[in-house]
Amino acid sequence: MKLLEDILVLDFSQFLSAPSASLRLADMGARVIKVERPDTGDICRSLYVSDVEVHGESTIFHAINRNKESFAADLKKPEDRAKLNKLIARADVMLHNFRPGVMERLGLDYQQVKELNPTIIYGSISGYGEVGEWREMPGQDLLLQAVSGITYLSGSADDPPIPMGVAVGDIVAGTHLAQGILSALYRRLVTGQGAHIQISMLESLLDFQFEVITTYLNDGFQLPKRSSVNGAHAYIAAPYGIYKTHDGYMALAMGNIPRLGELLDSPPLQRYRDERSWFDQRDEIKHILKELLVTKPTAEWLARLEPADIWCADVLDYEKLRREEGYRVLQMEQQVHNEAFELTTTRCPIRVDGVILKSETAAPHLGEHNEEIENEFGL
Amino acid sequence: MKDLPLKNIWVLEFCQYLSGPCATLRLADLGARVIKIERPNKGEAGRKLAIENQWVGEDSLLFHTINRNKDSFAADLNDPKDREWVDKLIAKADVLIHNFRPGTMEKKGLDYASVKKLNRSIIYASISGYGEEGPWKNKPGQDLLIQSLSGLAYTTGNKQDNPVPFGLGLGDYLCGNQAVQGILAALIRKKRTGQGAKLELSLLESAVDFQFELFTTYFQSKRVPIRSSVNNAHTLLSAPYGIYKTADGYLAVAMMPLQRLNRAIDCVALAGFTEAEAFTKRDEIKCVLTHHFKTNTTAHWLERSQPHDLWMAPVMNWDQLRSTQTYRQLQVEQHVALNGGKTLTTTRCPIRMDGTVVHAAKPAPAVGEQTDVIKAELSRK
Repeated sequence: MKLLEDILVLDFSQFLSAPSASLRLADMGARVIKVERPDTGDICRSLYVSDVEVHGESTIFHAINRNKESFAADLKKPEDRAKLNKLIARADVMLHNFRPGVMERLGLDYQQVKELNPTIIYGSISGYGEVGEWREMPGQDLLLQAVSGITYLSGSADDPPIPMGVAVGDIVAGTHLAQGILSALYRRLVTGQGAHIQISMLESLLDFQFEVITTYLNDGFQLPKRSSVNGAHAYIAAPYGIYKTHDGYMALAMGNIPRLGELLDSPPLQRYRDERSWFDQRDEIKHILKELLVTKPTAEWLARLEPADIWCADVLDYEKLRREEGYRVLQMEQQVHNEAFELTTTRCPIRVDGVILKSETAAPHLGEHNEEIENEFGL
Repeated sequence: MKDLPLKNIWVLEFCQYLSGPCATLRLADLGARVIKIERPNKGEAGRKLAIENQWVGEDSLLFHTINRNKDSFAADLNDPKDREWVDKLIAKADVLIHNFRPGTMEKKGLDYASVKKLNRSIIYASISGYGEEGPWKNKPGQDLLIQSLSGLAYTTGNKQDNPVPFGLGLGDYLCGNQAVQGILAALIRKKRTGQGAKLELSLLESAVDFQFELFTTYFQSKRVPIRSSVNNAHTLLSAPYGIYKTADGYLAVAMMPLQRLNRAIDCVALAGFTEAEAFTKRDEIKCVLTHHFKTNTTAHWLERSQPHDLWMAPVMNWDQLRSTQTYRQLQVEQHVALNGGKTLTTTRCPIRMDGTVVHAAKPAPAVGEQTDVIKAELSRK
């Protein structure tokens, strides 16, 4: 039996944050029905900008919504609402990511939904929480990165604030939403209680930074100081960073500096005997490494360092990664298809009972499952 | 609030550093009892891993951050007497999680097949760096290496920069959080069917999953993502997406139609670009905007954008964020009382349940702090 077999999830959300949560629930066996507006559907179908399309829809939409069904309904139309109310009464989970206030106005906030289904697990993601002066602000990933302080962690000392180049606020909030929902589903099995789960992207991004924020909260509120040479983590000592080599780049994580000096034939590095200096003088140490590592190709350095169990690696782009046996053996890719096309995407990263979780079902067309769902649930 | 959802769930943690321990931290905050199984005296290696040279007594501040709200049981796995206690704990536990390199738990007789003999319905989760087979399986599962191998470092920074890693333990954090999802889903199945589960995760697979939008786009286009050379923020997105310097700080500008932006900020040079060029000419457009945003303050631009409902925000550091009303209302911080009268301030679980936030002020344990208590509990039953 799949982990979440027979769990019915009604997903009113769009874009990435909450849809990435329902994707993971679907991967683990839940049945996810996207409830979409009849005219445009999830705005991500058309508005999410990218220069690569699959049959008029963004690749991103397809990546996020594989293995889901679509039910088109106008939340303001009484006959559609009557159908939805019946679906809500049968659902285990309902989730959305509208701005605070929207679901209240539609009569679909937790208090009202609870009347239709007292043991439902109701989950939502907002940008900045549902109280406070920012609650109406757009919950968009770059903006959340900007206010959360996270842009001062990547890059080097002389750089401006640098955002992370993946929608980390959306994905981390989606992960936390899935965790809240799953823990509440478990509790419901034990006690029969429903639950209200609220996640905000801001709180999720603060949790994502929990190690370094805790350092800041206890070191007298010193703001992060990025290394001025090849910054990689504001709080970690030399040699931590990515270095240019003669033919590419290499990553060097934590390591003993004098030992590195021996392995790299660098007398200047061997002078840093005091472990505290690896943090306090990290920029000068990293500067020495930077000048040295650029002189030879990556493979030559790795051949010296890896056998000595120094933590180092090549730096790959997707094309190079895909050629590596270490990647291929993971079987991270899967093909999803519908009647018109086939698309390659990634799979769920969790293996269960030795089995990789894959699903061939492509993202649904808008309203693709209306008839089927109406018949099945007697709507 | 009603009961915490994982009340009465026992989790055994055979972990070190961040990936596994951040998973059990979440399970603890959701109500589980988490017991770290540590070697006597030294304990887990994370106790000695510090960032910014910050320590709390013998252990690093980092260890205290990741391991609050847990118990510690000291056991030498090679000592038959200790081993008997560990076997009893395994028989009692709902979940076991470890993050050793592949092969280590087998050597200790603690692989899934062995553990299952003691507890048929246990949920057994393992976290590795690169999976349990293949040429990388013995590589160190360290975060920066995972970022570098997974392509992630080519998503951040500008085109002309070196690859730029994310300045956090991202692979560890994501994988630990994925493990929580798998464990919770397996607990649900266990409750319904009595069936246990074996869950396997790796930092590399989690880091690839994290980039699933970018990978899927790459599989279709066959073009590796190219960072914008001006204020890059996301390789797939067109101008104006990025962070811009203003006269007194920085401003984040997300997706929006170019001419709608123009109506708000009156940038003459921007009028020459069409929406169709927002991706193909993104660097030129962003260059134009870079000059324009420099001419006035962040507050000015935010005020101008407001009537147009444009997606913009000020860029803040933690001092600035912490002084806002929203930050205070979210009650993100909590205080953990440490032994010896000191207090640690840290963040709390980000999941709000039944309208309340969960604070859990129990400090991280000393090595073996609860060994005797747990032995007594096991003996009673």
